[in-house]
Amino acid sequence: MIEFLKQPWPWYVAGPMIGLTVPLLLIIGNKRLGVSSSLRHICAACAPLKIPFFNYDWKKEAWNLFFVGGILAGGFIAATFLMNGQPINIDPHLVSEYSAYGIHDLHSSVPAELFNWHQLLTARGLIMIIGGGFMVGFGTRYAGGCTSGHSIMGLSNLQLPSLIATICFMAGGFMMSNLLLPFILKL
Amino acid sequence: MNNTTQAEMEIEPGIETNTDFEVSSLDEMCINESTLHHPWWFNLKYLFTGILFGIILVKSEVISWFRIQEMFHLASFHMYGVIGSAVVTGMISVFIIKKFNIKTIYGEKIEFHPKKMNKGQIYGGLIFGFGWALTGACPGPLFAQIGTGALVVIVTLLSAILGTWVFGLLREELPR
Repeated sequence: MIEFLKQPWPWYVAGPMIGLTVPLLLIIGNKRLGVSSSLRHICAACAPLKIPFFNYDWKKEAWNLFFVGGILAGGFIAATFLMNGQPINIDPHLVSEYSAYGIHDLHSSVPAELFNWHQLLTARGLIMIIGGGFMVGFGTRYAGGCTSGHSIMGLSNLQLPSLIATICFMAGGFMMSNLLLPFILKL
Repeated sequence: MNNTTQAEMEIEPGIETNTDFEVSSLDEMCINESTLHHPWWFNLKYLFTGILFGIILVKSEVISWFRIQEMFHLASFHMYGVIGSAVVTGMISVFIIKKFNIKTIYGEKIEFHPKKMNKGQIYGGLIFGFGWALTGACPGPLFAQIGTGALVVIVTLLSAILGTWVFGLLREELPR
């Protein structure tokens, strides 16, 4: 059993489990799945200043902070107890494409050669780590949700705005990954 | 009799004071307006749900930067399979909840809020898409990646919080 759990889980196991988080959160407390809101609650808790967008009772949404704290702990548990130490098995064409940019280590969730403290001081690291993070936070709030809130919860509830948002998430990703990322990786 | 009246009077102010509707109009998707008041440790159930969610995110490899690039290169079905089957499972679940009027474990009616259409889904969606391909992470995986020991992602997360804050600051100036 534990050996089975240590292998990567196939999509048809993991996907439905992610989907079941939707009814689970609804039934245990009328909560709608969403992660990016937690970033807003953190802003509201730490630096609301006089900005109307952050002046609300964030403590009423504390569940969301417990939820993301759980995701962090879950990541730790999975990495500590449920890993078999094998590199990720991705498309060989991509492996050779990225090795041309000096990315060889396929063991971590993020490429170790790109996402490390030294890279933070390079143009490439600055764009990918700080710029990328900024766009994730800014874009998700502008869009009113992220992959969980729009693509999973919103689409589950048949919301057209969520479908539009999801299409734009994908369109932006395709553009960045195919057109711009190759130039950024060369920096 | 007297007890019932007292109990009702205790519940009543809770409903009356719940006038935090502005939050909802700003962002309906993830905001909850339950009138039930629970002690803080009731939130521990969300911690456990989060732990489960985090483990699934790691084991399905959707937190992997490489899997994200693979998805955007149409080089593998994996990510589409995960997201697609998650959406189908969610849709069926929501349909069942609505059809059979399933209540929460506290007997509350389960509420769904329709999402308002605005330009944010397009502009914000594209901006998030750029960030997603750069970092290999949406907000959930950011937390999970940190948990797996990729500690520099803490900087990505802080930057994402800053991005959210700057959005809040500029919100009135942006096209909507």
